[in-house]
Amino acid sequence: MFDILSDRLTGIFGRLRNKGRLSESDVDEVLGEVRIALLEADVNLNVVKEFQIAVKQRCLDSEIHKILNPAQHVIKCVNDELIEVLGGESVQFSYATKPPTVVLMAGLQGVGKTTSAAKLARWFKSQGRNPLLVGADLQRPAAVQQLMTLAESIDVPVFSKPGNPVETAKEGLQEAVRLGRDVVICDTAGRLSIDEEMMDEIQRISDAILPHYTFFVIDSMAGQDAVNVAEAFHARLELDAMILTKLDGDARGGAAISAKSVVGKPIAFASTGEKLEDFEQFHPDRLANRILGMGDVLTLIEKAEEAFDKEEAEKTAMKFMEGQFTLEDFLEQMQQLKKMGPLQNLVEMMPNLPQGVDSSDVDDGQLDRLEAIIQSMTPDERQNPMIIDGSRRGRIAKGSGANAHEVSQLLKQFKEIKKMMKGSKKPKKKNRNKKKQAGKRKKGRPSPRISDIGDLAEVSKEIENFLPSQQLKEFDLSEFGSLSDSDE
Amino acid sequence: MVNFSARLSNTRKKFSFFGNSPTSKSIAESTWSEIEETLIGADVGVNASLEIVGDLKKETDRLGVSSISELTELLKKQLKVRLGGLDVSLSDDGDPAVWLFVGPNGVGKTTSIGKIASKKIAEGHSVVLAAGDTFRAAASEQLAMWADRAGAHIVTGADGADPSSIIFDATEYAKARQVSLVLADTAGRLHTKKNLMEELSKIQRVAGKGPGTVKEILLVMDSTTGQNGLVQAAQFAEVVDITGIVLTKLDGSARGGIIFAIQTELGIPVKLVGLGEGLEDLALFDAGTFVDALFETKA
Ligand SMILES: Nc1nc2c(ncn2[C@@H]2O[C@H](COP(=O)(O)OP(=O)(O)OP(=O)(O)O)[C@@H](O)[C@H]2O)c(=O)[nH]1
Ligand SMILES: Nc1nc2c(ncn2[C@@H]2O[C@H](COP(=O)(O)OP(=O)(O)OP(=O)(O)O)[C@@H](O)[C@H]2O)c(=O)[nH]1
Ligand SMILES: [Mg+2]
Ligand SMILES: [Mg+2]
Repeated sequence: MFDILSDRLTGIFGRLRNKGRLSESDVDEVLGEVRIALLEADVNLNVVKEFQIAVKQRCLDSEIHKILNPAQHVIKCVNDELIEVLGGESVQFSYATKPPTVVLMAGLQGVGKTTSAAKLARWFKSQGRNPLLVGADLQRPAAVQQLMTLAESIDVPVFSKPGNPVETAKEGLQEAVRLGRDVVICDTAGRLSIDEEMMDEIQRISDAILPHYTFFVIDSMAGQDAVNVAEAFHARLELDAMILTKLDGDARGGAAISAKSVVGKPIAFASTGEKLEDFEQFHPDRLANRILGMGDVLTLIEKAEEAFDKEEAEKTAMKFMEGQFTLEDFLEQMQQLKKMGPLQNLVEMMPNLPQGVDSSDVDDGQLDRLEAIIQSMTPDERQNPMIIDGSRRGRIAKGSGANAHEVSQLLKQFKEIKKMMKGSKKPKKKNRNKKKQAGKRKKGRPSPRISDIGDLAEVSKEIENFLPSQQLKEFDLSEFGSLSDSDE
Repeated sequence: MVNFSARLSNTRKKFSFFGNSPTSKSIAESTWSEIEETLIGADVGVNASLEIVGDLKKETDRLGVSSISELTELLKKQLKVRLGGLDVSLSDDGDPAVWLFVGPNGVGKTTSIGKIASKKIAEGHSVVLAAGDTFRAAASEQLAMWADRAGAHIVTGADGADPSSIIFDATEYAKARQVSLVLADTAGRLHTKKNLMEELSKIQRVAGKGPGTVKEILLVMDSTTGQNGLVQAAQFAEVVDITGIVLTKLDGSARGGIIFAIQTELGIPVKLVGLGEGLEDLALFDAGTFVDALFETKA
């Protein structure tokens, strides 16, 4: 699977990375690419238009998280919006006080209704229920046989009877009462949403059995028309939930967004294979990742947010603002960076390395070397690098296993930063951004958010310049990339 | 077999081009984006749509076209050209000839085989169906019902049996009884399943080892499929020598626009279309009818 969006965004990322604020046209530019990505993921054209408007509002309303660059910020907003659209309330099954609880399956031909009916039966069984499957597809050759074979493998009884599907469904319900089954799942024939006769039929089935839950089954490979189909089924049946099938393929599944936008009901289950156990609870964040194709970048963003310790960062930022940033602080920053795991892994997570660069170009050795150089300095030297003369430099080089040139290089760049920082403004009090972050936190950890403190992004950027190479220039420090072997 | 165009006009109402602005008579800046959106809405895809609109602009300038109706005709002509030029004939000579049907899950392989068997028998062939889907529940029972409807022979194996050998057996069965055509069903599979895709190339190999000659390998595609269709076609074409596409469910409201990209990028022609669930609901592909239907609303 190719990550089209990441490819496209690489250039924009590069251009926006040094901006502190996003103008409306910056947002539009990124959203233009997002639009194409969504269309290529099969989200319906009109749905995309509405979505864009919502994301834009979200972008302009929310403050840029300090650890993210502006382009990443937009991606995060897109992702958050996708999760919100796909998510919302989840299905809470409440069982009918007077059993059985009745479930009706509906959808186009071949989407996976019969398979999903059996999967649902298996799921209800795992919840301690006693389902009965009803074969009311009397149209497709061997549909009932298919249902029976599947049901047998999970030891669930099936009721069916040739003739009229409405009658069969009704009798299936009576059969469940007679057998004392507490859940009835009624499979129906696939039908086109524009086939009035067949749509009438399923409506009559629905009227006859009064389902507590009507499941609409949708194929993740579906294209632009999914929105019309979902709308038509919803208009007839008042759908309660959806099942998204064939997610074991590599279709992005944007049709789910389209369907969700018109039906407004939760996607309850994800079907991920032909076997009955390939069935799981639906996770909006996973599908959002899949549709956007930016999962790697988002993971990176999340890791960054987690790893930066809030207090540390705040302290550093303050010092930086006041021009008191020392090599000691720099050392700490590097150690933070290392907490995020081997650099190679981080680089591998980036969807788009510039041409000719791969993760093997980056080794933790470089960070280690910088670290070693600083560690070979005395506390005095770290506080006040001005005192490092030729002989001290020689000693530091020797102690750290670097050469004297590398030591001077580091000192020179550090001096540049200091110089730039003179005259830098005092940090102003920021309005705290109260907006809830969609990113998840690891249990038991404090919440290492720094969205509401000083200009750490600035610090990050400077540190990035400080590092020896510019090869991975597309990613600033919030993307943890600018390290490589090459010397200047 | 039904008439493609007659059947489609049953389910689709004509409407004036570009539902959004039926009033505009002359070409405006917005016309281009309306065309683009119409194409994208028919699953043609962003890239192919941009390309099509780009070509159309050039031709419009070159020919000095100025009215919407002329523009419409020009666009249709160009789209038809895009879908033309490939060999859409179906070859059934061989002793016996073998046609393999492959594709993703639930697209309509088994149903299409039933319809094609019926058509071929009407043309004077004798046909045997090979139940090469030994995986899906009741797949061979389903095919057997189609064999019955169409008046075809059928060769089946046990559930879980090797599909290649069932298809091979069907070729020997055909040879022994002077049956001229073997239509082989296979289990639906997603192109992301490596083992299942490898199984397909084995099927192709083995199917030609006996007395039969593999003449067609038809990829069955569902017209509701969106942009993933291109990857699907490419991946199937990678493992077997696809000779054409059967585009199913065109009686529905989806338009199957992904075939433009498939035809342009992979050079695989659509040969047949599925227009319903009945024995007769099959037609030879016709670019003109298909393109006209892209711009019609469906009831
Ligand atoms: N790979 C994959 N295949 C699936 C999945 N769900 C269903 N299938 C397959 O898709 C095909 C169609 O599934 P069915 O359950 O028969 O679909 P249906 O909606 O009942 O079809 P009709 O009754 O003909 O309308 C079968 O080959 C199934 O095995 C899934 O999540 N992944
Ligand atoms: N409306 C309509 N339905 C079709 C058409 N072709 C097939 N179907 C229906 O689509 C569903 C799936 O068809 P199958 O022939 O079982 O599909 P398949 O590709 O063999 O499915 P698997 O073997 O499970 O992968 C059935 O309900 C068919 O009746 C068509 O052209 N139009
Ligand atoms: Mg079914
Ligand atoms: Mg089949």
